[in-house]
Amino acid sequence: MHVPPPMAYFLQQLVNGLVLGSIYGLIAIGYTMVYGIVGMINFAHGEIYMLGAFLALIAFVALSAIGLSSVPLTLVIVLVVAVTFTAAWGWTVERVAYRPLRNSPRLAPLISAIGVSIFLQNFVQLTQGARSKAIQPVLRGGVTLYGGGDGGFAVTISWLQIFIVVFTTVLMIGFTLLIARTSLGRAQRACSQDLKMASLLGIDVDKTISTTFVIGAALAAVAGMLVTLYYGVIDFFIGFLAGIKAFTAAVLGGIGSLPGAMLGGLLIGLIEAFWSGYAAAEYKDVAVYGILVLVLTVRPQGLLGRPMIEKV
Amino acid sequence: MSKLLSVEHLTMQFGGLKAVNDVSFTASASAITAIIGPNGAGKTTVFNCLTGFYHPTHGRIILQREAGGTVELQHLRKHQVAARAKVARTFQNIRLFAGMTVLENLIVAQHNRLQRASLFSIAGLFGLPAYKNAEKDAVERARFWLDRVGLTASADVPAGSLPYGQQRKLEIVRALCTEPVLLCLDEPAAGLNGSETAELARFLRELRDEHGLAILLIEHDMGMVMGISDHIVVLDYGRKIADAAPAVIKEDPAVIRAYLGEPEAA
Repeated sequence: MHVPPPMAYFLQQLVNGLVLGSIYGLIAIGYTMVYGIVGMINFAHGEIYMLGAFLALIAFVALSAIGLSSVPLTLVIVLVVAVTFTAAWGWTVERVAYRPLRNSPRLAPLISAIGVSIFLQNFVQLTQGARSKAIQPVLRGGVTLYGGGDGGFAVTISWLQIFIVVFTTVLMIGFTLLIARTSLGRAQRACSQDLKMASLLGIDVDKTISTTFVIGAALAAVAGMLVTLYYGVIDFFIGFLAGIKAFTAAVLGGIGSLPGAMLGGLLIGLIEAFWSGYAAAEYKDVAVYGILVLVLTVRPQGLLGRPMIEKV
Repeated sequence: MSKLLSVEHLTMQFGGLKAVNDVSFTASASAITAIIGPNGAGKTTVFNCLTGFYHPTHGRIILQREAGGTVELQHLRKHQVAARAKVARTFQNIRLFAGMTVLENLIVAQHNRLQRASLFSIAGLFGLPAYKNAEKDAVERARFWLDRVGLTASADVPAGSLPYGQQRKLEIVRALCTEPVLLCLDEPAAGLNGSETAELARFLRELRDEHGLAILLIEHDMGMVMGISDHIVVLDYGRKIADAAPAVIKEDPAVIRAYLGEPEAA
């Protein structure tokens, strides 16, 4: 089989974009859920993702120090550690920085979120150091879809990329079911429409909001762990860029809409990959910000704007 | 008739304004108690104190529990009023979850029972039998009430797309799905036409007579209030000015003065 090099190149970018996009999608869900239920943009969410990445890194380093060699077991332990601690951070941030401001003007929690973001960045910088941290690759090897013989372009998918896409897909399906058919999901949808009425029907609104932050943080922790695995290098500043990109994804999909966040994440990932592949890689962030500006001016409600039924 | 709710010396002060001033009354089980009065008399404020929206400046709101003992509503938070004290409420304006279906609106109202069956949502997510059964019960209860108010055919449409009169009915049955012992209705007949109001009155009577429910009713439609109430409390400027059976209230000079003003000096 001969694949013309341009086609092969395109396929490779598509794969890269899908991987990136599924990670953005996971983070974007956190933005959109919190916006749906309390009507605020949690600007500290990127930092929560960064914490997840660091917790995963610490777990990886600790596990390799004690000489654990089983890859699946390593992944499971790291996942549990990262998700648990990051979720605890998410819960704490809501409790300390947002709940006391629930009935304040809308600007107050926004500023509080920026404060939390600065705090977390500096906290990690102080405790973990400002330099980039790296881990050894955990999951090696992959499949070569097209070998790129006779001077062609090789297309490869690493096991890690497959793992990332499959795992995030499973998570997103699970999450969609959670919102659609469990009592918690129904309570979250009810709260996103009318907090007071929901409480009068016996729903503990504070608890529901806490749970929302915990779920958002847990998904961000997964994204952080996957990024640590994927790039192998992280630093205390990764939350800023990833946060803004995931926020752009949420806005592109329609803030408040869950399928929108997933779709937006995927699109942003693909745009970034193709822009890097065909235009100028150094301007890939500019491309994403350009989209944010474009969406806000042309279609502020996003692609799947205001589908009330799916809103959380 | 057994006393279900006693409001004792309830006062709600906002700055210098006493919206409710030393009001005491009782409501019985299996009875409809109406709270009437001119605009601004403090009726809705009483409801807000009852359902955890306001914490009264003074006074106690004591509810007899089904299981025996009492609970004081003024100490409870909003969701506890519904979950623990079993008091349900509707608002003057319609507050359905417009984007959710009619059936889902009624299932959300049974959240606590479902949540207990869902084992931190795990049973719910994977559709385990414990949750499935609880959900089946919830759907059955919902369908029972939908049937009573003739909304069965609309079970799967978004609640916001129902006509106004049906949204009013849905609000009441949603409150009933929390299985209350006391139902507080804030102007349920507002915006309804004559035949809809008559239907509502019939339904409230059925709730009282067949289900033994206590109903606290704020309403401006005097025809309906006089027709279905067992007992009427009249408020004016935050104070209670009368508290009696409908026939007595109709003749009460203080009530007539509150509604119509002082007769002009000849």
